[in-house]
Amino acid sequence: MLWDWQFAFSILPQILAALKITISATFAGFLLALILGMLFMFLSRSRVQPVSVVVKWLVQFIRNTPLLVQLYFVFYVFPELGVSLSPFTAGVIGLGIHYSTYLSEVFRSGIDAVPKGQWEACRALNFTRSQTWWKIIIPQGIPPVIPVIGNYLISMFKDTPLLSAITLVEILQTAKIIGSGTFRYLESFTIVGVLFFLLSYPASKLVKYMENRWNPRY
Amino acid sequence: MNSLDLFLSLIKNGLATTLSLTFLSAALAFVLGLLSGLARLSRYGILRAVSSVYVEFFRGTSLLVQLFWIYYVLPVLGFRIPSFQAGVLAIGLNFGAYFSEIVRSSILAVPKGQTEACVALNFSPRKRMTRVVFPQALLRMLPSLGNQMIELLKSTSLVSLIALGDLTYRANILNASTFQTTTIYSLLLLLYFLISLPITRGVKLAEQKLSAGRL
Repeated sequence: MLWDWQFAFSILPQILAALKITISATFAGFLLALILGMLFMFLSRSRVQPVSVVVKWLVQFIRNTPLLVQLYFVFYVFPELGVSLSPFTAGVIGLGIHYSTYLSEVFRSGIDAVPKGQWEACRALNFTRSQTWWKIIIPQGIPPVIPVIGNYLISMFKDTPLLSAITLVEILQTAKIIGSGTFRYLESFTIVGVLFFLLSYPASKLVKYMENRWNPRY
Repeated sequence: MNSLDLFLSLIKNGLATTLSLTFLSAALAFVLGLLSGLARLSRYGILRAVSSVYVEFFRGTSLLVQLFWIYYVLPVLGFRIPSFQAGVLAIGLNFGAYFSEIVRSSILAVPKGQTEACVALNFSPRKRMTRVVFPQALLRMLPSLGNQMIELLKSTSLVSLIALGDLTYRANILNASTFQTTTIYSLLLLLYFLISLPITRGVKLAEQKLSAGRL
């Protein structure tokens, strides 16, 4: 038998410890993505034409280029511009920027789905712009797209192994180090795969459940 | 080296690998996605079970982990796979799972009346699928397939991590020897963007072509 249970259990604590880094990178990156996504959504709706055009192109550009290359860009090019970043920070920024472009589209679709009458009612009732957004539009536009946002959180979680390419020692890099030290890749990489599955499969089931519960009309 | 030389050097050394990898893994993903998408709608429980295990497994784990598993672990189990084939296999299997969901949901989205009309007209099940249901489902799939093709192109950059000489790998090598980091990575981003444009355009054209004469 190739699989060595004893070895697998001996490396498990080390991999679980690295899982903390993976998970904190996921959540930090996602927080940044939510904030930037909101910002991109507002800017692309701007009435100042050049702003909205530039933002739309930027979003398109970021969406159509690989996350891995963007991570290299943040990690290797930013220091040349005078900003040195730790691998963790660079990774969080890269993930955050990449996913913000997806989230801005999700927010946009949510906001666009709010009936036009709501805007007109706000105008008729003399609401200010910020009242209109925060009290009327966002509370109706965002909840229906929360499941989609949840799916992007899961995708981002599955993209965190890319941070190993910019020298962050997260779960996959830890497995690789164990593998190259002991020449036993089977156990370490399999454990990583199983952990990803154990975390993301229930999460995606939860998202599906939310989708059915909140949007029964579809 | 000036930027033009760097650009040409990237294209000369890495473009062919990136493009052929994209093309071959997309072909594999299409075949797998079609087969497993149809299998999930099959009458036979065993086909549905096999296909959903495949889909959930490959969607539930990370592509990079799958790639490393194929490249580092399969040789331990006795299957030695060169890096190019490992890349095609990992990306094809991974995206096949995503394509499968697209195929399944588009077929389910074709109105039931179409199937009923085929039954009423005494079409064989095969004819029902190939002549009536699938052509309509294909039109529904196209926008999602187009998005996934862009995702697939982007994910080919991961093979640089198993030392396959694609654009990203060549850029890293070039960076190590010339230190023109800013230029190289900016050009690399631009190059990926340029490759993605014809894909977006092609999907739009296919959509127009297929929807011609339909309501």
